[in-house]
Amino acid sequence: MTADIHPGLLLLLGGLATPLLPRIARRIYVIALPLVGLWIAWHLDNGNHWALAAFGFELELFRVDRLATIFSTIFLIAAALGNLYAYADDDRLQATAAQVYAGAAISATYTGDLVSLFLFWELTAVASVFLIWARKTERAYRAGLRYLVVQVGSGVLLLCGLAIRAQATGSVAFGPIGLDGAGGVLIFLAFGIKCAFPFLHNWLQDAYPEATVSGAVILSAFTTKLAVYALARGFAGTEMLIWIGAAMAAFPIFYAVIENDLRRVLSYSLNNQLGFMVVGIGIGTELALNGTAAHAFTDILFKALLFMSMGAVLYRTGTANGTDLGGLYKTMPWTAGCCIVGAASISGFPLFSGFISKSMIIAAAAEGHHWIVWSVLLFASAGVFHHSGIKIPYFAFFAHDSGKRPPEAPWSMRTAMGITAALCIAIGIWPAPLYAILPYPVVFDPYTTAHVVNQLQLLLFSALAFTWLMRTGLYPPEMHAVNLDADVIYRRFIPRLTKAFIATFGPLDRTARRALVQSSQNFIVTIERIYGPTALGRTASVSQMVSWIVGLLAIYLALEFLSQP
Amino acid sequence: MSGKNPAVAQRHYWIDKPRNVLRIVRGLCVLGAVLFFTDALYEKHPHFSMDGWFGFYAIFGFVVCVSLVLLAKWLRTVLMRPEDYYDR
Repeated sequence: MTADIHPGLLLLLGGLATPLLPRIARRIYVIALPLVGLWIAWHLDNGNHWALAAFGFELELFRVDRLATIFSTIFLIAAALGNLYAYADDDRLQATAAQVYAGAAISATYTGDLVSLFLFWELTAVASVFLIWARKTERAYRAGLRYLVVQVGSGVLLLCGLAIRAQATGSVAFGPIGLDGAGGVLIFLAFGIKCAFPFLHNWLQDAYPEATVSGAVILSAFTTKLAVYALARGFAGTEMLIWIGAAMAAFPIFYAVIENDLRRVLSYSLNNQLGFMVVGIGIGTELALNGTAAHAFTDILFKALLFMSMGAVLYRTGTANGTDLGGLYKTMPWTAGCCIVGAASISGFPLFSGFISKSMIIAAAAEGHHWIVWSVLLFASAGVFHHSGIKIPYFAFFAHDSGKRPPEAPWSMRTAMGITAALCIAIGIWPAPLYAILPYPVVFDPYTTAHVVNQLQLLLFSALAFTWLMRTGLYPPEMHAVNLDADVIYRRFIPRLTKAFIATFGPLDRTARRALVQSSQNFIVTIERIYGPTALGRTASVSQMVSWIVGLLAIYLALEFLSQP
Repeated sequence: MSGKNPAVAQRHYWIDKPRNVLRIVRGLCVLGAVLFFTDALYEKHPHFSMDGWFGFYAIFGFVVCVSLVLLAKWLRTVLMRPEDYYDR
């Protein structure tokens, strides 16, 4: 019955009407729109609904299957929650950009060919940058530009890759791709940029903390998880991903420990959670891919919740720096409570959502006997508790009293946080409904005695480590500082090199040009001395010029005629 | 920002007292000890050898977290720059 309504395009095109609506209607409209989309998404039959021929290819804009459905479901939920959270942030441009961005991401999950994927891929880049620029600061503007260059660059790689692949195989179908051809490698890199692979990751930590309060919540849900979806679709079982994912899970937590801006800490932990999903894709078994899909689902919720709570703090106090915060639980208890639920979920406490999803990926690594990767993931689990589970709530709401007594977040933010927190707990207690919509049948029980006890041991002793380091003063204090990351290459080294290049060759170039001008002047002076002052200044009339040309042509013709055999 | 509610500013909370913080810390230590010895009470199904050791997850959690923080602290000496580093 509803088979012909596309939930992604509904949000995308419906979102374009957002700026035309009066204020109250607009706010309700953007919450209702994704919920309608969600209802439609749940009543779709599997299969290809719209196929059309364009650019000489068969385009499939509307392929519905289990993998597409679970990602579009969580994207639609995230859009509704994000829009509810943004209710207090009344901004016409932002509201429109958010709908187009979310709609493009959802549409991308339904595409069955690489050409339409490319179109939506670029649209997510262009629409989302407005959520950063809406902050209206010079810093945000520049961070947004860097973000846009990287994101559009990813799209360009995707386009090159799909063109090469189409040339080689004659097909643009979006199914398993693999790294066999040059096209596949380029597509892999394009996905890798959006998925924040090591050394390609820095756009994330650079841009998300500069976005607006609600912009960061919305950004955290879509771009990176769309890339996870694309990798799961195109590169499941690619062994290299296991190692890339393990590196991603491990290295950002070191940065998270020493970072001061708590929204940047969350960006690093977002990167670390993506690592788990990428490992799952690399392992490629049914359990691992289920784990990736489940973890993407739970991660979107708890990461949005954490960004919401830090956004509320930023909204009320004007800062998200650990150095300037502390003691906020006294006046923002609701926000603090929701933040702790998000922290418990990302850490994988039993009865919270992270526990039932992350454990699938770790179990898949153990079953595949990848003991190094398994240890790294265990380390990353302990580490994520350390920086997201403890550090975020501790430095914002407890620690030393900053003396700030901001009022509690507005009701719309509190409601959005409350619903998201409730979902995190509900999924943790009752994972069956989530397991039922995973791509493959689930034969996995997270609540075994050994698993619950082991996870509690891991987390409690991590907490003890934090307590011990804190009380002995060994824990590094929060500081106003920038920590160098891969972005130093394009923000510092390349500009420096360019400047050095100009500084070295600039004077040389100037000297050479001056010498050239000087010598031609000398030449003119010499000519004038020999032939008189009118030698070079003389002008010829048009008729004179024409007769010269006619004469030359006549000579040319005569020579041509004479040279004939 | 605003919201300087004098009643809230004056109020003393349970967790503000160092004595109570110490109570929490002691509670955590007791809980940790209990959990550590829980390993004797159930059957383990290790995938590798080390995850079958007694108290493996507890020791692993403590050791990696301390190493993580100390290593990250050392990384600051290499990576840390003034806050306006990129603006100059």
